[in-house]
Amino acid sequence: MDFFVESLPIYLNGAWYTLLITVGGCALAFVISMVVGVVGTLRNVLARVVALAYVEVFRGVAALVLMFWLFYALPLLTGYRLEPVLAAILALGLNVGAYGAENVRGAINAVPRGQYEAGIALNFEPVQRMRLVILPQAWAQMLPTFGNLIIELMKGSAVVSLIAVSDLTFVAQQMRTFSGQTLLAFLGALVMYFVIAQVFQFLMRLAERRANRRLGRDLDKPLFRRAASATGGTSKGGEP
Amino acid sequence: MDWGFVGAAVPDLLSGLRYTLLATALGYVLALVLGLAVVIVRRGAPRVVATPVFWVMEFIRSTPLLVQLFFVFYVLPSAGVSLSPLTAGIIALGVHYAAYTAEVYRSGLDGVPTGQWEAARALSLPGGRTWGAVVLPQAVRRVIPALGNYLIAMFKDTPLLFAITVPELLFEANRLGGENFKYLETISAVGVLFIAVSVLSAAGIRLLERRYAAV
Repeated sequence: MDFFVESLPIYLNGAWYTLLITVGGCALAFVISMVVGVVGTLRNVLARVVALAYVEVFRGVAALVLMFWLFYALPLLTGYRLEPVLAAILALGLNVGAYGAENVRGAINAVPRGQYEAGIALNFEPVQRMRLVILPQAWAQMLPTFGNLIIELMKGSAVVSLIAVSDLTFVAQQMRTFSGQTLLAFLGALVMYFVIAQVFQFLMRLAERRANRRLGRDLDKPLFRRAASATGGTSKGGEP
Repeated sequence: MDWGFVGAAVPDLLSGLRYTLLATALGYVLALVLGLAVVIVRRGAPRVVATPVFWVMEFIRSTPLLVQLFFVFYVLPSAGVSLSPLTAGIIALGVHYAAYTAEVYRSGLDGVPTGQWEAARALSLPGGRTWGAVVLPQAVRRVIPALGNYLIAMFKDTPLLFAITVPELLFEANRLGGENFKYLETISAVGVLFIAVSVLSAAGIRLLERRYAAV
């Protein structure tokens, strides 16, 4: 117990970096998902091909390989070295953004055809149609998968410890070497990751409720989960 | 840039790829078997067992694979179990992905109509036969594409084994890059290889979906 009390500030400091990278990566991934996802639903063939190419490339490369490329290979190409934290945020955001784009594209395409037609009948411009009619409905559909992706990104952020960013995993490694308490060092980090994930999941369930209520739907998913009725937050990232 | 160097690096990269494939294959088999065991326990066992199993799986699912790798690699030896890096990697990959395959199996089981269970009971089949001959063949069939997705996901996670010194693809690329200061060529080559595998396997999954999904 002493171990945890003494090392708590160090772990919290590591958790701060983990959160920073998670939030930064999520922000980037969200913007990419929305842009690439919407572009992927356009009529224009060229636009769709560009979106598809983005998704295939950045979904294909593992975040760790991408981060290594940005951190070690890119400076040789451009002569400019990225900050480790920035390289991590970029790699995670680009990678998870590709999964998110597929999610957005799928959710938009799942909005019934009649909604588009109603938008046209009401003489909405394409942007109005998307913003006022399609997206609010697609939003409720895409939120659960976004929730999974946030957890995936948070877990994925552990790889930044390999380019010496002092996140939770890095702190755990340091505690292992300094204290020799191998089990406790890693258990501390694992528990903190678990807590962070549970908080994110709770917030996402709140957001899901809100989105559905605004559409006049009631969600039967309980806010506090019990093992017996566990649903949601279970599939990995963009994998259906 | 020196693309000729990539040609010279191919033998080393291939030996790395061998480890990558080995870890993926064995880890996947472990994940398939463990996931099935987990879902059967969660279905069949009393709540005092099933609830802790649920939370353990939830814990594994919401913590990073990298930390779990370190955990297996550093903690198990201090408990007296000595592991090679590759074995530790396979165990961590298998256990981590078992938490996901268990969910896949569960969704498959939910798709099996209650009437099938009742029919098995009416024929007074023993539990093993009910699972093995009636329920699982129907449940597993419809989740084969989803299980395939996790094979690809696991393949993309194998570069993490680099962190516990398994000489897989990224490890070799990083070593060659460091020795010759040619990171650009080697890591790019690995990236291209991953993209190629992922595009091809996505096509394979679509094939599986066409074959198995609509049953």
